[in-house]
Amino acid sequence: MRTLLNTLYVQTQKSYLHLDNDNVRVEVEGERRGMLPLHHLDGIVVFGNVLLSPFLIQKLGRAHKPVTWLTEWGQFTARSETPVSGNVLLRVAQHACTCDPARTLAVARYIAAGKLQNQKTTLLRSAREAAEEDAPALRQAARDINAQIAVLPLAETVDEVRGIEGTAARSYFEVFSLMLRVNRDFFWLGERTRRPARDPINAVLNYVYTLLAGECASACQTVGLDPQIGFLHALRPGRQSLALDLMEELRPVVADRAVVTLINRQQLTPRDFTLHEGRTVTLTEDGRRTIIKHFQERKAEEVHHPLTGRKTPLGLIPHVQARLLAQHLRGDRPHYPPYLHR
Amino acid sequence: MIDLLITYDVSTETPAGRKRLRRVAKVCVAYGQRVQGSVFEVSVSEVQLVALREKLLQEMDPTEDSVRIYRLRQPREKFVEAFGRDGYRDMSAPLIL
Repeated sequence: MRTLLNTLYVQTQKSYLHLDNDNVRVEVEGERRGMLPLHHLDGIVVFGNVLLSPFLIQKLGRAHKPVTWLTEWGQFTARSETPVSGNVLLRVAQHACTCDPARTLAVARYIAAGKLQNQKTTLLRSAREAAEEDAPALRQAARDINAQIAVLPLAETVDEVRGIEGTAARSYFEVFSLMLRVNRDFFWLGERTRRPARDPINAVLNYVYTLLAGECASACQTVGLDPQIGFLHALRPGRQSLALDLMEELRPVVADRAVVTLINRQQLTPRDFTLHEGRTVTLTEDGRRTIIKHFQERKAEEVHHPLTGRKTPLGLIPHVQARLLAQHLRGDRPHYPPYLHR
Repeated sequence: MIDLLITYDVSTETPAGRKRLRRVAKVCVAYGQRVQGSVFEVSVSEVQLVALREKLLQEMDPTEDSVRIYRLRQPREKFVEAFGRDGYRDMSAPLIL
């Protein structure tokens, strides 16, 4: 059996990592926080102001364990290249997979299945908390999405998968505003509009999706995947197709859930929006701040990952999923397992 | 991965013995976690176990010292009970510092 090695994430600002007897010794202001034998690690990811000793960087390089530097907020900045990195082979595998319609279809199908399943879970959870008159509509939408999941295995092309996903998305967004319990006259959702947003919910969704897409792109970079070469999303210059692919199954869980919670708790109110002429809506600066704060807190929440069986902070799920996808592309896993939220 | 318990008793009566003690400890630290003074919990692959055993044999003096390697039954949580101060860290759990 192939064992999964672990990645060390260092988020504590002003940490100092150095090499001590084949261990990574983590110190914060001179105080020891951890001794981690190198043979347990397959890489180190550091956020923001974290210092690594030159000997540690060199030792990690020789042992083919890359270091990834992200900003304190998780944006990708740099990554060390080791003498023989899995990087190029992984990318070749990724390219080979996109050139193979059957494999592309399989990955796209699993991603879509994950997304639909998570949409269903989100709707059913809201239905339990919703008012009596709204619950049946939410349950019906969940059943409609369930029917689409059943159709997925029949899809013969990626286009058909996209079609099924679109049908499910329509059922989902039709009842989206029923998940809200307050300020219903203000928060309404006509249809999904991207640029510009035509209503407040679209404005919030677009913003949260942008935050999440950034997370997914840096997760791809960290693992060594090419963020622009996706499976479900069509390739287009400048589009982070793979990041968008990874994001699909997380949209309902991370982004949509956050929006519903913020509105229901009245942390996001009509005052946080600006209505412009020509029917466009944008968020105010205060509104954006509220969303970022909630998003950061949500990322720290621990969820149970059904495949690894571990408690994982929600913010690390994109990294876990990117790693699982990489394993599939390398041939270590028969298929890509999407993240299914409970 | 194989979970091991390594304990040693190195004679410290001579300067050479104290030197051996430090070296044996160093080998153990490189591979695992110190759970008590001269007791280590180590989690290694088959290949690493061969290297670890070889290194320990090189450092110790078989006429004076004793090193014992026990295999721990898995899962560890079920078969290891620890009381009191415990700095053990599960290396397969998410490592976020």
